[in-house]
Amino acid sequence: MGIFDIIGPVMVGPSSSHTAGAARIGAFARKVLGTAPEKAVIQLHGSFAATGEGHGTHLALLAGLLGLAPDDERIPAAEALAREQGLDYRFEKVDLGDVHPNSARLRLEAAGTKLELCASSVGGGRIVVWNIDGFAVDLEGQYPTILLTYPDRPGAVAIVSAILANAALNIATIKAHRNTRGGQALMTVELDTEPPASVMESLRCLPQFQQVRLIPSLGFGG
Amino acid sequence: MTAREGTLAAYRNAAEEAGVTLADIFLRQEAASSGKSESQLRDLMLSRIQVMRQAMEKGLAVPQHSRSRLIRGGAARMNQWLGTGSSLLGPAFSRMVAAALAVAEVNACMGRVVAAPTAGACGVLPAAIFTVAEARQVDQEAVLRAFFTAGGIGLVIEKLASLAGAEGGCQAEVGSGSAMAAGGLVELMGGSAVQVDHAVAFALANVLGLICDPVGGLVEVPCVKRNVMGAVNAAACAEMALAGLESVFPADAVIETMGKVGRRLPEEFRETARGGLAAIPRP
Repeated sequence: MGIFDIIGPVMVGPSSSHTAGAARIGAFARKVLGTAPEKAVIQLHGSFAATGEGHGTHLALLAGLLGLAPDDERIPAAEALAREQGLDYRFEKVDLGDVHPNSARLRLEAAGTKLELCASSVGGGRIVVWNIDGFAVDLEGQYPTILLTYPDRPGAVAIVSAILANAALNIATIKAHRNTRGGQALMTVELDTEPPASVMESLRCLPQFQQVRLIPSLGFGG
Repeated sequence: MTAREGTLAAYRNAAEEAGVTLADIFLRQEAASSGKSESQLRDLMLSRIQVMRQAMEKGLAVPQHSRSRLIRGGAARMNQWLGTGSSLLGPAFSRMVAAALAVAEVNACMGRVVAAPTAGACGVLPAAIFTVAEARQVDQEAVLRAFFTAGGIGLVIEKLASLAGAEGGCQAEVGSGSAMAAGGLVELMGGSAVQVDHAVAFALANVLGLICDPVGGLVEVPCVKRNVMGAVNAAACAEMALAGLESVFPADAVIETMGKVGRRLPEEFRETARGGLAAIPRP
């Protein structure tokens, strides 16, 4: 926490949790998808559903999906922008159960790829992404993050950490999640610094991983 | 006596020992913790100040209307009134009122603001600092120092209490903004670190117990007008401190008390929109 967390962030109002945080959730999802979404179902839970309309929560989520930062003054016009860019979107209310009141589930599609992501806006524009494609995760977006999907077999964490160690990259957190023993797995690695392209290339060359994605750290804009 | 780290007393001691003001201490600390140079930090603060000014000018010039229709161009109307010479206490006072309305309305209507300390309280600091700086013809350097001092006070409040309405009610948001602005105004006018402490203590003591009761869960009623109260309270408290009035309690004790009061506020009064004005049935 520093002075510019107090005198900041720069954001489009009215609410750091319901607007700025929502925009960051959208932006994070777009980065996980890895490309501009063509279809988006935006589901609002709890307080997002109850007061989201007046806070522009839905517009902020949509704007994030379009790649706008939380301080982009085009956020209120996100719907027109989405139509312009050919994004087929829909807003829904949803009950995600006993989760944070400021939560959303995004179902995205683009050129043969699909993504389902759940996240909460936990205050001051900070977010927690807690589910990606059915895997329970715990990501806040402030670190560069590598996502790897693979069949659950021994050695996956070791080889990833070896490659990162070789490049002198410090791991902030590393977590492996799987749906069943020996089933499908997702590894999330948060790094202190942005990994160079060569490291991402090495990871992508490993045969055991089906998909390797880099989510750059998510700023607040301004 | 050594003060606990992160308290305003500790920063005040550091400023007195080094023979500098609180703004210098906060700037040095930020440089050390962020790894950025002091000149980079000054530029960053100037860019935030610029965003605040733009929001203020927009709200004064263009009537702001919210999607809920609860906000209907109040700042622009206040700005017109100001031009008629009808101001109760003179133009500077009315300008401060209009400026706080303007920034808070721009926020309510999805415009670009600086959350300082929060989006809901974003009108307090710019209204207080810009209006006094203009009325007293203070230079940009003093304005910059005022914002560093205000930000540092916010850090102390974040550490000893809270800046979130969901945790501490409106006293933690507009109240904290008002305390930050009061201290910032003392720095702006060249007051001492001890005077900053008194101003912070006065300002926060005046709003203890203030609940967060957003009508419809929106950052509009009563939030926008509470920003006006925060700015005006800051000016009054800074003026008392500069005149030599002294608070019975040091700022740190008042800040900790604000945190304690906040924790004891029923949940209805902590941003849930279930109590206070938010509970009045609307036609």
